Amino acid sequence: MSESLATVSYIGATILFILSLGGLSNPETSRRGNLFGMVGMTIAVLATIFGPRVTLAGVPWIVGAMLVGGSVGLIAAKKVQMTQMPELVALMHSLVGLAACLVGFASYIDTSIVFAGAEKAIHELEIYVGIYIGAVTFSGSLIAFGKLSGKIGGKPMLLPGRHVINGIAALAVIFFGYYLLQAHSPQEGATALIVMTVIGLLFGIHMVMAIGGADMPVVVSMLNSYSGWAAAATGFMLSNDLLIVVGALVGSSGAILSYIMCRAMNRNFISVIAGGFGTGDSAKPAAGGAAAPAGEVNPITAQETAELLKESKKVIIVPGYGMAVAQAQHTVYEITQLLRGKGVNVRFGIHPVAGRMPGHMNVLLAEAKVPYDIVMEMDELNDDFPDTDVSIVIGANDIVNPAAEDDPTSPIAGMPVLQVWKAKSSIVMKRSMASGYAGVDNPLFYKDNNRMLFGDAKKMLDEVLTALKT
Amino acid sequence: MPQTIGVLREGYEGEKRVATVPEVVEKLVKLGFAVIVESGAGDAANFSDDTYFAAGARIAADAATLWSAADIVFKVRAPSLAEVGLMHAGQTLIGFIWPAQNPELMQALAARKVTVLAIDSLPRMLSRAQKMDALTSQAGVSGYRAVIEAANAFGRFFNGQITAAGKVPPAKVFIAGAGVAGLAAIGTAAGLGAIVRANDTRAEVADQVKSLGGEFVKVDYEEEGSGGGGYAKVMSEGFQQAQRAMYAQQAREVDIIITTALIPGKPAPKLITAEMVQTMRPGSVIVDMAAEQGGNCELTVPNEAVVRYGVTLVGYTDLPSRLAKQASTLYATNLFRLTEELCKTKDGVIDVNMDDDAIRGLTVIKDGTITWPAPPPKLPAASPPKPAAAAPTEKKGSHGHGTGGAPMAGSTLAKVFGSAALLFWLVGAFAPPAFLSHFTVFVLACFVGYMVVWNVTPALHTPLMSVTNAISSIIAIGALVQIAPPLAGTGIARPDGWILGLAVFALVLTAVNMFGGFAVTRRMLAMFRK
Repeated sequence: MSESLATVSYIGATILFILSLGGLSNPETSRRGNLFGMVGMTIAVLATIFGPRVTLAGVPWIVGAMLVGGSVGLIAAKKVQMTQMPELVALMHSLVGLAACLVGFASYIDTSIVFAGAEKAIHELEIYVGIYIGAVTFSGSLIAFGKLSGKIGGKPMLLPGRHVINGIAALAVIFFGYYLLQAHSPQEGATALIVMTVIGLLFGIHMVMAIGGADMPVVVSMLNSYSGWAAAATGFMLSNDLLIVVGALVGSSGAILSYIMCRAMNRNFISVIAGGFGTGDSAKPAAGGAAAPAGEVNPITAQETAELLKESKKVIIVPGYGMAVAQAQHTVYEITQLLRGKGVNVRFGIHPVAGRMPGHMNVLLAEAKVPYDIVMEMDELNDDFPDTDVSIVIGANDIVNPAAEDDPTSPIAGMPVLQVWKAKSSIVMKRSMASGYAGVDNPLFYKDNNRMLFGDAKKMLDEVLTALKT
Repeated sequence: MPQTIGVLREGYEGEKRVATVPEVVEKLVKLGFAVIVESGAGDAANFSDDTYFAAGARIAADAATLWSAADIVFKVRAPSLAEVGLMHAGQTLIGFIWPAQNPELMQALAARKVTVLAIDSLPRMLSRAQKMDALTSQAGVSGYRAVIEAANAFGRFFNGQITAAGKVPPAKVFIAGAGVAGLAAIGTAAGLGAIVRANDTRAEVADQVKSLGGEFVKVDYEEEGSGGGGYAKVMSEGFQQAQRAMYAQQAREVDIIITTALIPGKPAPKLITAEMVQTMRPGSVIVDMAAEQGGNCELTVPNEAVVRYGVTLVGYTDLPSRLAKQASTLYATNLFRLTEELCKTKDGVIDVNMDDDAIRGLTVIKDGTITWPAPPPKLPAASPPKPAAAAPTEKKGSHGHGTGGAPMAGSTLAKVFGSAALLFWLVGAFAPPAFLSHFTVFVLACFVGYMVVWNVTPALHTPLMSVTNAISSIIAIGALVQIAPPLAGTGIARPDGWILGLAVFALVLTAVNMFGGFAVTRRMLAMFRK
């Protein structure tokens, strides 16, 4: 295959990748979109293997590596539970990061590529940036994986003077970048590269360690973005447009997701990355004492919940991370089906940051066979709450907190929330009265039309289901 | 010193309800009150003295003892003038008073220096007041009972049946007025299997009628009939004509008519004329729930069931009392909720807080001073739709499908363009041409990504992440070209072993991603179904 033929194959692959992302605009077309992605990847890989830049000697290695990696990947994809998706995605980001590092190093020590002058400087800079992003992505994603899978505590770890540490790290990275450009021999440059890689790794660890468990949707999407930029940087380094385009696509996709997540929490991207919600900055007072909601919470039993549901015409279920933790989505589906069979209009309201990664709840509900046309976004059904009979909140807290709208002094003021309290009655399923991750008390619990169903979501829902069946 | 709540036997002729029930007595005791119940108070509603006693109430032998012992008296009906004579200064009376209809009673009560809370004067549009709304709870009971009375007088099944002996058509019920009572009647009649139609001058109740299984019959005339406070208002002449035509037609078609039309402070509108009654089939039934205010039907006789032109006209005015146990339980709960509002400290002492909209509205006499009518509470509907400050936060929620949300502020936009221009200038000034072509591709690809990704539905954000993850394993290409490049003949020394090792390892990693990412995306997307 000639150079030109390889290039047009790359263009074809690029188009297929764009179509692949475009297909995700709708669940109907999404499956075909994924297929486009696979075809695009196959074309790109085959065009490279049979292209002018790979000789026959490499093929056994390539086939071997693909077989090993591919089978690991396929097994992981088959085994993973839908509640573990965030972990898997985080782990995969780390692989992309590490691969970017490795390719960068290989490229640096490859003496067959010779540049001079500005081109040399740019090439080295590209390698440097590529490795740095790769290293940050790698270590950051590993920590994110650890946090998501519970291997590392979800609490933000805040070192004293962490902004200073980050600042020094950034200066060091710039300094060693300059050092690399001035290096006379590859050995000197390699030292700079290795030092920078270590700094990058530490920075990645430090950055993600400082972020609280519930900010994970932002972090996961941010790392998604980084893995894209790492690919793009590798593309620059190897002068390969396909890598640049795909990297840019992935990078902007992750960036947009991060932006959406931040907006859904009404938070500034910088402050999320700087870490520690309401704990680090002394400017934020500890959970607004002025407007501490007072009153009594009204508990309800599973039996009464079932009675209430039987009497309703319109029900909206708002799931949160608690539902995923309790693995209650299948029971939720059974209840939904039973109620729908009785002619009750049951819908789901999904807050953009419900769960631990963007769209996490949708996937869990889809896994439990909940039809996606009754799973709504926040904006789609927020206006429908006033004529809803019962809204059920399962393991969510901050995303249904009326203080976000009513109380300007609340730490979460201005965050868009699902207005469950506007329904005729609301039921909150929760293990205890503990506040959400934002540490803000929730006035919803004290509202007259709210009832609390305490206990493990799965167990309680099972009881509700049994009661509904009788 | 906790206060004592007294519950009287209702003296009014035929009144079977009682102002509190044993279940609620327990709750009142928990609030810190002592409760004293007149012997026999609950008999007509099937609550014996023993059950009250068991719930923690004391039993008073006669009304006089109770009037003197109680600090707060719960009643259903307004007290008679004789009962007012037994009251003492500082006492609080809670019950139906109807201050507009009973001016002498108000004077007599004021003269005794008491405080009176008229449950009928509750400001109904306060959502907080709903739990105390006894008019609503009693109207609901009436609506239910009206259907039962109709069924009793009606000689046929309500539901259509196909029996071995032949087909029975379902009864057709028309309900005039879809207020609380009307809606309860719609639900009950539909539950019994009848075909239910309903009409109301307020068009906005059409959905409520439908939700209960009724069919909303429109008057063929354009006018909106929502008055203040959830009641209807008097309509124009043209409308009334069209309405009469509609009623006349319904009278010919249906078997049962239940009327609930009331206009506050005015006699009930005459909706059903004698001629309409004549056109009804013999055996039909009319239940006139407005009988007390003169009736919606010309032929109604209050408090009686009469037969005119073969049609039974039921004019009972004591419908809630005919379901005394249920009506009492609901009423008792309403009063309990009110007591909770009055006694926020839970120490058994009430505080008639005139700054509270709901309580201000209820209080018609405060320590002997007539405070009725109350100034209208701040209507939620009258306030501006949304405080201005809330508007931007709502905006933020609307995230884009195809658009990038709200447009940026001019200054932000200027900064973005400014820094972009600076960046491009730097790149253009220093970078070699080869880099620039890649840079062009990169910037354009960022924009394509931006456009495409905003179109992704939020429901698919997780698959989006896993698919982008899979395609970011395109980095494999970088590894591929390093494994065995065509170097034959160039003679350049190259650390082949190292590069091969690094590249193969990188290839393994990306292959995990490539296959795993696409496979897991596929698995996820397969789960999304309608």
